[in-house]
Amino acid sequence: MNKLLDLLRGDTEADRVVPPTGFTVLLTLASSAAMAFLAVFVLALALSAGRQASAWEDALSDTATVRISAPADELEAQANAVETILAQTPGVGATHRLTADEQAQLLAPWFGEELPLDTLRLPILIEVSLDGEGPDPQGLRQRFAAEAPGAVFDDHGRWRAPMIDAASGLKTISLIALLLIVAVTGVTIALAASAALAANGQVIDVLRLVGAEDSYITRAFVRRFTLRTLIGAIGGTVVGLIAVALIPNVSLDGAVSDVGLRGFEWLLPFLVPVGAAMLAFGATRFAATRRLAEVS
Amino acid sequence: MMQKQCDMNDVPAIELHNAAMSYGGRTLFRDVGITLAQGSFHFLTGPSGAGKTTLMKLCYGALRPTEGRVSVFGEDTGHMSRDEIARMRRNVGVVHQDCQFVDHLSVSENVLLPVKVSGAVAEDLDANLSELMGWVGLTNLADHRPAELSGGERQRAALARAVILSPDVILADEPTGNVDWEMSLKILNLLIELNRLGKTVLCATHDMSLIRQAKTRVSARVLRLRGTSIELAGAEL
Repeated sequence: MNKLLDLLRGDTEADRVVPPTGFTVLLTLASSAAMAFLAVFVLALALSAGRQASAWEDALSDTATVRISAPADELEAQANAVETILAQTPGVGATHRLTADEQAQLLAPWFGEELPLDTLRLPILIEVSLDGEGPDPQGLRQRFAAEAPGAVFDDHGRWRAPMIDAASGLKTISLIALLLIVAVTGVTIALAASAALAANGQVIDVLRLVGAEDSYITRAFVRRFTLRTLIGAIGGTVVGLIAVALIPNVSLDGAVSDVGLRGFEWLLPFLVPVGAAMLAFGATRFAATRRLAEVS
Repeated sequence: MMQKQCDMNDVPAIELHNAAMSYGGRTLFRDVGITLAQGSFHFLTGPSGAGKTTLMKLCYGALRPTEGRVSVFGEDTGHMSRDEIARMRRNVGVVHQDCQFVDHLSVSENVLLPVKVSGAVAEDLDANLSELMGWVGLTNLADHRPAELSGGERQRAALARAVILSPDVILADEPTGNVDWEMSLKILNLLIELNRLGKTVLCATHDMSLIRQAKTRVSARVLRLRGTSIELAGAEL
């Protein structure tokens, strides 16, 4: 804590003794800005993926569909039997038999608006709202097999699982990408600091010769690189936030939507510059400690 | 308190006990035992490559002996931490042959470096600096960069930097190596003045004329590295 306070307080004398090394200034600023920009994007992607997974889970978890395919003369009777069974089954809430118009609407993306439904033999679809844990699917299927053999109970698990898996996978990949960004940023700053330390080898030798403690030398480098990284990361974060704000919402019938940040999530990217500065603090201290160990 | 003061004064400024130094299988010297009493003046001489600079480095903790031990005011440098070594160097001013300056700082800023890094709060710092720059004859060059100085001026600037914290020991490694005879005498005069102020001086040089000149004015002992051992040089100088 004291070290951080010392860092913020600064030491203009130490800053003056260690000259800025041209290319490392640009390297640190540019890399921290670029990494912060990417971090904001990846963070937005991870949060969106997590949100999408939850949305898909919530949207489909409390509904099921019964599809009745039977010869034309039995179709209506089996549909009625299914409705009766559903009405008697615990865990089943409201049911709704899809009208011809609603079925046409569902098929429109594949067959167009002008589909002549009356010429096709379509199954009857019954949308089922589930209460609590929902019905026992095995028991329900057995009753359907006995009383309406053309009915198939679909709890959407077959569709839901891969979508949730995909969203979760995207979230995991985003988090891995975030970790890689952190690692690459740390390594880049450590390399830039090492280069600056090497370029200032004579200064370090002189400082040790005249009685400078390691903390004095380290402080000058750590402060400089931490501040540069902070400035670069703030710039990258701001640009990243603007870019995220400009991402258009793409909605393909609910399949992909809501990419970006929502509500309090807009505050999270502001942790990126803070994290980057802490990373720079650690990476530069590590590089400085290693370099100083080589100086007597 | 008085007893303690007397005891402290009895402690040698620098002491090497059976010190040996080897590099890559080559022994520079071994079983070196020397004692520099406080306020003494010593020259360290020997042919090039004999290990003068290495021995000097042992004296300010830049190197540790491969065998034996080195003590500075009774403290074994081998047991000192890096920070303790740094603090010890504030009491041991070092002048290198190649001077070693921070090139982008002015001469006066370089001279002030030990004060800055030690965090010492010195009263009348400007007046002291001015006096010190006058003492080494660099008043008019205080704002110049080290690269703009001649060899002798750089040596005197390095000497000013070495003494600004008023250390008890001055180690000068070939301080006259790159300067003409006139400048060598000026630097020698400064070292003698420091010794007269009670400072312990160890000056490494291969310049026998300089040593002979010094011996006419100050009670200096001459240590000579020969082979892998060190000996006290006698009247043949």
